[in-house]
Amino acid sequence: MPKKTYRQAINEAIASEMRRDHRVIVLGEDNAGGKGAPGEPDAWGGVLGVTKGLLPEFGEDRVLDTPISESAFIGAAVGAAATGLRPVAELMFVDFMGVCFDQIFNQAAKFRYMFGGKAVTPVVIRTMYGGGFRAASQHSQCLYPLFTHIPGLKVVVPSSPYEAKGLMIQAIRDDDPVIFFEHKVLYDVEEDVPDEAYTIPFGEANVTREGRDVTIVAFGRMVGFANTAADELKRDGISVTVIDPRTTSPLDSETILDSVSETGRLVVVDEAHPRCSMAADIARLVAEEAFHDLKAPIRTITAPHTPVPFSPALEDIYIPSVAKIKAAVQALAAKVPA
Amino acid sequence: MQHSREFLLDCYQSMVTIRVFEERVHEEFATGKIPGFVHLYAGEEASAVGICSQLDERDAIASTHRGHGHCIAKGCDVHAMMKEIYGKRGGSCGGKGGSMHIADLAKGMLGANGIVGGGPPLICGAALTAKYLKTGGVAVAFVGDGGSNQGTTLESYNLANVWKLPVVFVVEDNGYAEATASAWSVAGSQLGRAAGFGMPGTLVDGFDFFAVYEAARTAIERARAGEGPSLLHIKLSRFFGHFEGDAMSYRADGEIQRYRNEHDALKIFRRKVTEAHLLDDFTLDAVEAGVVRNINEAVAGAEADQMPTEADLLTDVYVRY
Repeated sequence: MPKKTYRQAINEAIASEMRRDHRVIVLGEDNAGGKGAPGEPDAWGGVLGVTKGLLPEFGEDRVLDTPISESAFIGAAVGAAATGLRPVAELMFVDFMGVCFDQIFNQAAKFRYMFGGKAVTPVVIRTMYGGGFRAASQHSQCLYPLFTHIPGLKVVVPSSPYEAKGLMIQAIRDDDPVIFFEHKVLYDVEEDVPDEAYTIPFGEANVTREGRDVTIVAFGRMVGFANTAADELKRDGISVTVIDPRTTSPLDSETILDSVSETGRLVVVDEAHPRCSMAADIARLVAEEAFHDLKAPIRTITAPHTPVPFSPALEDIYIPSVAKIKAAVQALAAKVPA
Repeated sequence: MQHSREFLLDCYQSMVTIRVFEERVHEEFATGKIPGFVHLYAGEEASAVGICSQLDERDAIASTHRGHGHCIAKGCDVHAMMKEIYGKRGGSCGGKGGSMHIADLAKGMLGANGIVGGGPPLICGAALTAKYLKTGGVAVAFVGDGGSNQGTTLESYNLANVWKLPVVFVVEDNGYAEATASAWSVAGSQLGRAAGFGMPGTLVDGFDFFAVYEAARTAIERARAGEGPSLLHIKLSRFFGHFEGDAMSYRADGEIQRYRNEHDALKIFRRKVTEAHLLDDFTLDAVEAGVVRNINEAVAGAEADQMPTEADLLTDVYVRY
């Protein structure tokens, strides 16, 4: 099977869906790049090259560059979806949701409910998130909890290239508004990805490591960290299950609860801020539904409740680390009930 | 432009339906039967009907919080609308939307909108769909003078012009954004803004159906021909408050009565068509009587309809769960 990057996997997913369905269009800032400029067309293919090559294959009717005007073009993607297209819009950095969130959470998310089940809004909003690029406070956040909070949105947080391709194809074929979170540090990560199209259903978690002692639930880039921690802990005799929920909305509660019923110990790893986060949400779920299965307190490993810092010295300690995950698991595993 | 008798009768019926519908909602709201927030369109009828009477089901509109008139003009079912306003199960949205969210996507009515300035970006999208699928459709964004100051509206002016979309932007300037005068809150002018984005702008007497019709015809034809967006600045007045329950202490003494006496779109329409011998009073009276009967039935139907049940609470959040 060919090795492909997370970037290539997403590109391939969009291209294959564009070949399959003429209603799929792509729009965003510099998704091709160079529009109206004297140099070459498709100059960028997105600020980090994810949509490179779509313009030459599909043309300007289907790959639309936009002014830097997120409210207008994210709203246009929503309006186009409600009237028959299947747009894949790019909100370059999720931090920019601040200038266009109304069109997402008051419009797209609510059409179906407000209009009594008569609206269908199949829009995908791709967006970059996460720390590690020294991109500072307004280009590094993990804001998927804010979208997860909103009924009517589906929220996808793919953790690897294979996952990204299957989840993106699913997102484009889905009839609900989908927010697709791409971790910028994962773009160059490679793994085996089939050439053909495949889908990964929403709301079905992936168990990436199976163990008996502790359950880790991790999101996006943190899944890889959790896998590394699990592999290293195995050598120390601690057996860890790692669950990648894949989508925060819908959330596969069952897989999490089943695992906790076996291990009795839970660590949630979330790169987002701790308050009102996925970590808090899953801790709530397990405390409510599986309290009697727990052999130890629930632990959460998250970023601190601060903006994302710029200095590498600070950002490196801001982002949850394999070492912190291991320490949390070790502390829990040591709590053997009498 | 010459209009057929049938067309004029249809337009009058639409305008009267809006007026009687809104007057009746005003009365029923005062009795406490209607829950929530209601913003009435009475007084502005010539705008909605002068524009929407030239649209068909290929064409989309996005409305505002003051949306009943646009809904009626675009062909939404009046009985279902009334049920919706009453929060009943048989309403346009099953009672889940209410006055501010009445929609009928099959008819190209993309919804009233509770967010001021919410509609213009969506209408750029509807226009993009029409352009991409080559349906020949145009898309009309209604905003008020308040909505004209939102960034979403100004961004949409830019995007629609950059992408050369088949859009008509309609600024219905009733003089007040809630309780704040548009004379104070709008810097520059609506037409200056249109010019700034490189699109034609026209100032329109919104009390005169025929003036609205002609200005809209030019803008709609331009959009359909693929020549891009236009803006209509329609001056008009609302006969009621921002919302029901608004004491309107910000308005001048006698202001509304003066509008009702001198600038009533229905009276002006009637005078023009009877003086031109296109329609007679007898026929117009019959239209009004028919509308009153219809609205009476709509209210009776809304009162008799069932409330939604707890089972309805959790449905329709997603297409697939």
